[in-house]
Amino acid sequence: MAYPANYRYTREHEWIEVDGKTGTVGITDYAQNSLGDIVFVDAPKVGATVKKGEVFGSVESVKAVSDLYAPVSGTVIEVNEELASSPEKINTDAHKAWIMKVELSDPAEADSLLSAADYDKFVAEETGH
Amino acid sequence: MATTEKPFVGTPRKVTEHLTQNEKLSFEISSPGKKAYKLPPLDVPEVDPSELLGEAARENTGTLPELSEIEIIRHFTRLSTWNYAIDLGMYPLGSCTMKYNPRVNELVSRLEGIAEAHPYQPESLSQGSLQIVKLLQDCLIEITGMDTITLQPAAGAHGEFTGILLARAYHNSKGNPRKNIIIPDSAHGTNPATAAVCGYQVINLKSNAQGGIDVAALEQLVNEDTAALMLTNPSTIGVFENQIHKIADILHAKGALLYMDGANMNALCGKTRPGDFGVDVMHLNLHKTFSTPHGGGGPGSGPVACKKILEPFLPIPVVEEGSDGQLHWNYDRPESVGRVRAFYGNFGMFVRALAYTLANGPDGLRQTTEDAVLNANYLRKKLEDVYDLPYNTPSMHEVVFSDRRQVKNGIKTGDLAKRLIDYGFHPYTTSFPLIVPGALMIEPTESESREELDLFVDAMRQIAREAEENPELILNAPHSTRVSRLDETTAARKPVLRWKGHPASTPLTPDNSPAKEW
Amino acid sequence: MRYLPKSPAERTEMLREIGASTIDDLFSTIPEEYRLSRDLNIPRQMGESEIVDHFKDAAAHNAAGYASFLGAGVYRHYRPVIIDSLVQRGEFLTSYTPYQAEITQGTLQAIFEFQTMICELTGMDIANASMYDGSTGAAEAAMMAVRVTGCDAIIVARTVHPEYREVMETYAQHQGHSASEVGYGPDGRIDLAALEAAVTDKTAGVLVQSPNFFGVVEDIPAIAEIVHKKGALLIVSIAEAVSLGIVRPPVEADIVSLEAQSFGVAPSYGGPFCGVLAAKEKYLRQMPGRLVGETKDKDGRRGFVLTLSTREQHIRREKATSNICTNQALVALMATIFMTVYGKEGIKDLAVQNLAKAHYAAKTLSENGKLLFAASPRFNEFVLETGEAPEQFNARLLDNKIIGGVPLRKWYPELGNATLWCATELTTKEQIDQAATVLAEAPVAASAK
Repeated sequence: MAYPANYRYTREHEWIEVDGKTGTVGITDYAQNSLGDIVFVDAPKVGATVKKGEVFGSVESVKAVSDLYAPVSGTVIEVNEELASSPEKINTDAHKAWIMKVELSDPAEADSLLSAADYDKFVAEETGH
Repeated sequence: MATTEKPFVGTPRKVTEHLTQNEKLSFEISSPGKKAYKLPPLDVPEVDPSELLGEAARENTGTLPELSEIEIIRHFTRLSTWNYAIDLGMYPLGSCTMKYNPRVNELVSRLEGIAEAHPYQPESLSQGSLQIVKLLQDCLIEITGMDTITLQPAAGAHGEFTGILLARAYHNSKGNPRKNIIIPDSAHGTNPATAAVCGYQVINLKSNAQGGIDVAALEQLVNEDTAALMLTNPSTIGVFENQIHKIADILHAKGALLYMDGANMNALCGKTRPGDFGVDVMHLNLHKTFSTPHGGGGPGSGPVACKKILEPFLPIPVVEEGSDGQLHWNYDRPESVGRVRAFYGNFGMFVRALAYTLANGPDGLRQTTEDAVLNANYLRKKLEDVYDLPYNTPSMHEVVFSDRRQVKNGIKTGDLAKRLIDYGFHPYTTSFPLIVPGALMIEPTESESREELDLFVDAMRQIAREAEENPELILNAPHSTRVSRLDETTAARKPVLRWKGHPASTPLTPDNSPAKEW
Repeated sequence: MRYLPKSPAERTEMLREIGASTIDDLFSTIPEEYRLSRDLNIPRQMGESEIVDHFKDAAAHNAAGYASFLGAGVYRHYRPVIIDSLVQRGEFLTSYTPYQAEITQGTLQAIFEFQTMICELTGMDIANASMYDGSTGAAEAAMMAVRVTGCDAIIVARTVHPEYREVMETYAQHQGHSASEVGYGPDGRIDLAALEAAVTDKTAGVLVQSPNFFGVVEDIPAIAEIVHKKGALLIVSIAEAVSLGIVRPPVEADIVSLEAQSFGVAPSYGGPFCGVLAAKEKYLRQMPGRLVGETKDKDGRRGFVLTLSTREQHIRREKATSNICTNQALVALMATIFMTVYGKEGIKDLAVQNLAKAHYAAKTLSENGKLLFAASPRFNEFVLETGEAPEQFNARLLDNKIIGGVPLRKWYPELGNATLWCATELTTKEQIDQAATVLAEAPVAASAK
């Protein structure tokens, strides 16, 4: 699956779409694929503060847990309630099934993240293909 | 032409398929008014519960099944036949030590004076129980080479908790509890979980190329913040840490302690003693090494043995001999870490473990260890040409292969394990230890005859061939069980953790689904 | 050695096939200086009859043949014979944790039935597959409240079993949580005014026991109101499971920690018993321990699996909800069979008999003392205050082959000579009357009030 060019990516496999001061965050298709069937998403509460590079939640498959790392710092303004009852949405369309929306405290932070092309290359290196 | 040949399907030699009985949930076969109990007539005046309890009286006891005795016997007997068990055959789970559970253990734990003993009956009327505790403690101290012991912890993980609390109290008495615990990446999950619940940071230690402790890396990590290293010896790949004393010296030089996870003590009893090779504190699993039954997941018992420096911190109470020769519990121990469990521990397991120790004696325990190691090495020898052996270091009581050769055909360790079921064996431990990708962790224990080992070898070799020639067969295994692979994803996404149906109102309605063709 | 299935010739042959000349070749990785070159100094190998005799001798040094009024967290109830017949089937006794669902459906279905029955009896939505016992279960429940609320202060009623409170303190102190106590009023129940003053926004959970250590049923709805007002969780510990047959379940609680020993498990000098946690569904993700769930196989047949295991140590390691691994599965099976035998009606009949016996015992014994907390609802235990020191009358009772009540002074010095008594369906009128007679034999000076 192609990685949307307008998103930015982390080496921990999160994506973020920045629109003004708002960032929408999810996990990449590569991440969902290596986790397998996702059974639970532990998202933060609205109002929580997240810090770039720090854990803000986790996603679970039947036999694995993967921590989620915030791509940017800011305040959580919305979480995707749909994932609570249908975590499989991440498996069907990882790049649409967002986990949280953040009001960025420093929009410049997103600039240091990977572009789609760089992330693609990073994944290729990591998997040794 | 090769294409007309049927792909290879192995021949299980240990088992033949046979019928098992179907059985619904007890709630679904219940009907009102059936009874499996009869109370004697009340010999005191009757009471009115609502008068005595007022608003605290219960109106309705909820939905519990109502069945007769024969139905209950059949219900649970039928369920039991759906289980695999040590009594049916080899149970090669690595680090679980699924050995024979002697029946005399069960008998003696049920003797009236033992089973009916109340923990608060006077000590003068508990001397038998106290003697059992004392003798088992003495035996375990001698077997481990330690100075003292507590039997209070209820299981292995609970023993780890207790042992790390002892380390914490020890460091506290020297000034501060220190900050972290070093844990090798090959450790059981309980080790890091324990360190965390005891308030420590976990520092991960990468194993060396032989799967053992990287002594140089350890030396770098250990400092005045290190409370302890939690070490499993032999390691989870079944290898004895031959630099064990060097490891202990590195820790001790910085005032840190060496904790040993005794899960693999079945490789050591009577041949070497942790207390002699530098261990400060360790737990034992009576449900592994000392033959108490696993019972489908418990109860266990996790005694913690330690050196004299940790004795003041043992949980209360501790058993002591008075000047009158009577045994009693001492609660007056101001430096104790406190209690980790009500009463004195899983006493019924002490009885069984002591019976096992008496049945063996020193010669029996040594022979047991030797046979356990012999069996693991025999399996290694007979399978190493068909399964990949990631670490070539000598094995003790267990051997760890990997699925590297089978993965080429899309077959992973979990698939091989499921196919083993069709051959009449319980699977080995899959995907553990984490340092071996696709691990097959096999511990036969001493309880397997050569015949049973050969059947296992035969099954594993036929499965290896199936993996080459007929991978589909393995991917869909097991084929012979009551249920096939279960949908664990839906179970986790939409958990159904209790029965919520209604009792069958018309249990006699015939099932009109089409009959099976015979 | 009779448990080892090998002849000397087979051992030699296997060594040859491995390519080792002696068994000690296989132990060569153990440095020489640590190899044990002597026999362990433990008793010699015994024949089976000697082992049985050894333990018969030990049993004879315990209190066989005594009538007993002991309760205090361990209860003597009749254990239907079929429990032992069934749990001694090797398929249950010698089976491992049911990770391989296809060949452990028996254990899994039984646990699913156990979880359901525990929910029905406690009034909770979910229940786990067991914890070690009631004391560690209560401590784990408190840690669960800490995780749910993000607060770290725990309040414990002083009417909770003293040994449970000690365990709680051990668990709490090393994780940096504070555990404080709230006392009891003249009615033997938690002091509601003191509780109200103690609970703050920082309180994670409040642990009470009902029936409490004095045998008194706590006012759970009133306690819940105080606790919930501040956003804390209410944890109710139940040490006497049979009480659930006639005492209203603590439906207002957030977590119930039950000790199921009363359900068919021998006192066995304090263990193995069977703890279990039950809770409201919304706390599912913070529940420690194993859980069994219903699902289907690929052909649509119903089956059961261990589920939601990402909470547990073997996956989440240092971030797990608890370090618990092995639980008390076989004891949980005993409790399951017990609940199936008594069933919906029996559990109530049994509880009512306990109520009647304890009521009669309290009335009869208090002719020679004072029944404390007399106006409060009780189940099968009661506290008796006597003029005479308990050591004295208990010694006289022992001479009559009766074990009297547990002296409370050790844990509650303010209660002086008070003792805790228990009567179950197994206690006979004759035993109660005889105990009363012995109590009445108090020396005149001592019984004067």
